[in-house]
Amino acid sequence: MTIKNLVSSVALTTLLAAPALAEVDFSGKTIEWVIPFSETGGSAKWANFFAPLLAEELPGNPTVVVKFMPGAGSTKGANWFQEQEHEDGTLLFGTSGSTQFPYLLGDPRVRYEYSDWTPVMASGTGGVAYLNPEDGAKFDGTANNLKDIDFIYGSQGATRLDLVPLLAWEMLGMNVEPVFGIKGRGDGRLMFERGEATIDYQTSSSYLGAAADLVAQGKAVPMMTWGALDADGNIVRDPTFPEMPTFKEVCEATEGCETSGEAWDAWKAFFVAGFPVQKIAFLPAGTPDEVRDTYAAAFDAVRNRADFAEIASKRVGKYDVFVGESARAATDAGTSVSSGAKDFVTNWLKEAYGVSLN
Amino acid sequence: MDTFATALPALGEAWALILQPMVLGYLVLGVVMGLAVGVFPGLGGIAGLSLLLPFMFGMDPVLGLALMIGMVAVVPTSDTFASVLMGIPGSSASQATVLDGFPLAKKGQAARALSAAFTSSLFGGLVGAFFLTLFILVARPIVLAFGLPEMLMITVLGLSMVAVLAGRVALKGLAAAGLGMMIGTIGEADAGGSLRMATYDIPYLTDGLKLVIVGLGIFAVPEIVSLLRQDRSIAKDAKLGAGWGAGVKDWVANKWLSVRCSLIGVLVGVIPGLGGSVVDWIAYGHAVQTTKDKSNFGKGEIRGVIGPESSNNAKEGGGLVPTLLFGIPGSGSMAIFIGAIALLGSGDIEVGPSMLRDNLDITYSIVWLLALANVVGTLLCIAASGGIAKLTTVRFTYLAPFLFMLISFAAFQSGQNFEDLLALFVIGLIGIFLRRFDWSRPAFLIGFVLSNPVEKFSNQAFQIASFRFRKSFEEGMDYLFSPIVIVLIIVTVVSVVLGIRQAKSIMAEGDVQSGSKRAPVVFLLVIAGYLVTALINASLIPDYNMTDKIVPLVIGGIALACCLVMLVQMMLRPETDVIFADKEIAGEDADAPFGLWSTLAWFAGLIVATWFVGFILALLGFLTAFLRVRAGASWGRTLLLTACGIAMMCVMAGALNRDFPPGLLQDAVDLPWPLK
Repeated sequence: MTIKNLVSSVALTTLLAAPALAEVDFSGKTIEWVIPFSETGGSAKWANFFAPLLAEELPGNPTVVVKFMPGAGSTKGANWFQEQEHEDGTLLFGTSGSTQFPYLLGDPRVRYEYSDWTPVMASGTGGVAYLNPEDGAKFDGTANNLKDIDFIYGSQGATRLDLVPLLAWEMLGMNVEPVFGIKGRGDGRLMFERGEATIDYQTSSSYLGAAADLVAQGKAVPMMTWGALDADGNIVRDPTFPEMPTFKEVCEATEGCETSGEAWDAWKAFFVAGFPVQKIAFLPAGTPDEVRDTYAAAFDAVRNRADFAEIASKRVGKYDVFVGESARAATDAGTSVSSGAKDFVTNWLKEAYGVSLN
Repeated sequence: MDTFATALPALGEAWALILQPMVLGYLVLGVVMGLAVGVFPGLGGIAGLSLLLPFMFGMDPVLGLALMIGMVAVVPTSDTFASVLMGIPGSSASQATVLDGFPLAKKGQAARALSAAFTSSLFGGLVGAFFLTLFILVARPIVLAFGLPEMLMITVLGLSMVAVLAGRVALKGLAAAGLGMMIGTIGEADAGGSLRMATYDIPYLTDGLKLVIVGLGIFAVPEIVSLLRQDRSIAKDAKLGAGWGAGVKDWVANKWLSVRCSLIGVLVGVIPGLGGSVVDWIAYGHAVQTTKDKSNFGKGEIRGVIGPESSNNAKEGGGLVPTLLFGIPGSGSMAIFIGAIALLGSGDIEVGPSMLRDNLDITYSIVWLLALANVVGTLLCIAASGGIAKLTTVRFTYLAPFLFMLISFAAFQSGQNFEDLLALFVIGLIGIFLRRFDWSRPAFLIGFVLSNPVEKFSNQAFQIASFRFRKSFEEGMDYLFSPIVIVLIIVTVVSVVLGIRQAKSIMAEGDVQSGSKRAPVVFLLVIAGYLVTALINASLIPDYNMTDKIVPLVIGGIALACCLVMLVQMMLRPETDVIFADKEIAGEDADAPFGLWSTLAWFAGLIVATWFVGFILALLGFLTAFLRVRAGASWGRTLLLTACGIAMMCVMAGALNRDFPPGLLQDAVDLPWPLK
């Protein structure tokens, strides 16, 4: 991408955005983007990627700094944000699936309410599950031949994002034994490479970065993606991996796995919260519409940059970015789950892993 | 051979990339920034790198790498200043350096200790780079050979260093390590999420205690308080002995120790998931075991400085292997480093398996930039060490308030909670009593640091092993007792046997006198009381979460058994026995002009005032009152020093974009930074 491109795209968006939003100006201000995780996590990467781009597009070109407030699996930061009120629009907050899951599961530490906040941008990712070559040879688009095998999976914990793969495999009738307590999906992949784990999954970008290499060398066999959401909320093939079946397809083809009913509804609800709507940027409660629209327009300009797909895929993975109204809709989809689905998951966590959240 | 044929040209290209004036300029800039950040305890590379991140977007890759590596590489070098001069472990990499470095400073040999440490760091960094240049080509299968049982055994090897550092009464050392491990289990368990000695009503405890706070509390607080009570300078009689040249000579005399410890550093650093926490202890243990006259360890033995310092910079190089080859960060700063590399240039350098294939020249640039940064950083540090060592001749009462300020700020940075300050105070209190009654503080810290890895690796290895055993007995045995595991078991057993024999001659706390029975017994009962509570607490975890309760139950049980045996011994033995060691009976502490509680009250005062009016206002009052009342400075001097302290805090926090602990006042009124 050239400087010229950049300048012209900035100029264009400024022109488009300027008349409607004349009243909001951040000249000389510093915007704090608070992330409830440590400097080292995926959300930090996400915010650090968007922060300079956002600064370019906001009126008055403010400085955007990313601040970290880790603690209690992000509930500390989210509880803090709940207490904040709109002042001058210089506070932005970022959540991830790890903030949504405790909220959806009724974790006792949660003192925050997603519907109080004003979403301005949401983005997501996909995931790919893969098997070791030996068992992978038995995979024929269905899990029928995988049901008698004991699998080992390196997991961060059943109440985290790993809930989605664990529940999916369970629904397929596979016997997957999670080894809990690893620190990140990278550790899980290493466990798989060492042969200690026999099944694994990675988010899209990490799959492309490292696991695809294993597949190329014949050390792993891809099984399925979790899929992506279309505009109507249906699960379709992941655009990054159009050749791979989704869990939905595998489930339909596998005996005993149903793509309706409470198990499916529960899986889908948590899948949406954990993947397509994984990371959301919020303004605090009471934010006036013009401030919200200013941010939405700025994020819209960011995602419409000519080079956005290119720079995003290399740095944070190919994310679908929702802004404005669609961010609101995505947030609703990612932060609400029917009480039936919630009860199902709570029961399943209790029965399968002895996890209770009270 | 193919790999080596491609390696040589790549190495040449790497040097061509590095040896440009611009690149070297950025490297030096990074080094200077790294030194500035590293001197302050508790901040380390993470704070520095986060500061650089906004500039990395689209930056020329080699320049960006030079800047970042310059910064990361020298943090373990410059944190030596705090460890040696003040007895403050700046990061996990410099814990073992405190053991002998600080006593040397107290003897007036700070410059010697510093320059020996820096020379060792430099050498360790270079050995690491040489080794990596070859090793990185063949590392992949070797790294993959280290599975969970192997990692568990390395952790156990680290834990076995407790035997060397247990002190005169082996049971006490064991109990101290057990207590450290039990404190390490506080919070939400990694595996099943059960709470141990914590409740959701106090969210702070669910995350467990941070290493920075425990390190500062166990080592720094007791030393600061003790020196402050004695009202003297760090270097006895305020005289400086041997200069920096002596330190370099010490290193030359011990160069083989340095070589061996560097290799230990690289090798342990290479294994992902272990990080730096065990390296310096293993190196320290090795230094002790290979020294003929062990009587000086803990009292200022230069080999005790050279060993760990050689290993900790070499470890940084080793840590690059998992980071670059697998895309798995070996430490917090490496995690940011990986993220930042993706921001560089057009974003096409991808850390991970493809790195060696597609970017071997960049890989080598990283390795050698690291080595170069070590050279530059070390030379700067050695040049500065003579001057900075003069700090040890200043009357300590003038240093202490600023040290309280620094450690409070450092503690707060670890979690940004007011509770961080409370935790620092409580752990500091534990540290003070461990020191007073001659319970091994290093053993406590090793226990704390290794608590989580021991629990994690043993649970996971057990789970996978039982899975293999279900398949066949043979497969299970093959998994658990690989050749690497067997070698590590032998090394561990030998090191424990040797360690127990040697422990009696290593007195980390000096020769502590015994006298009265009452105080040591009371302390023992308090510790035993805590252990009983923690045991009951762990036993209440439901059985389906066995992974969360088994380690606290076993470790707590062993520690409690040690305490009970000691209790019996205390009843049977006369009050002059070593088991009743108590620093308040005779020696420096007993003769100190100021009492423990009145001294500690100053620190408590700072924390309480912070609760009400926030850190900066509290600091203003604290510094003024302390300097005027306790140090007896004139009003002019008091105000000048206070202004300097506050200014330093604000500049540092402002540059790093950090906040200060807020108080009730800040809840009620909106104040501008830095008061907010």
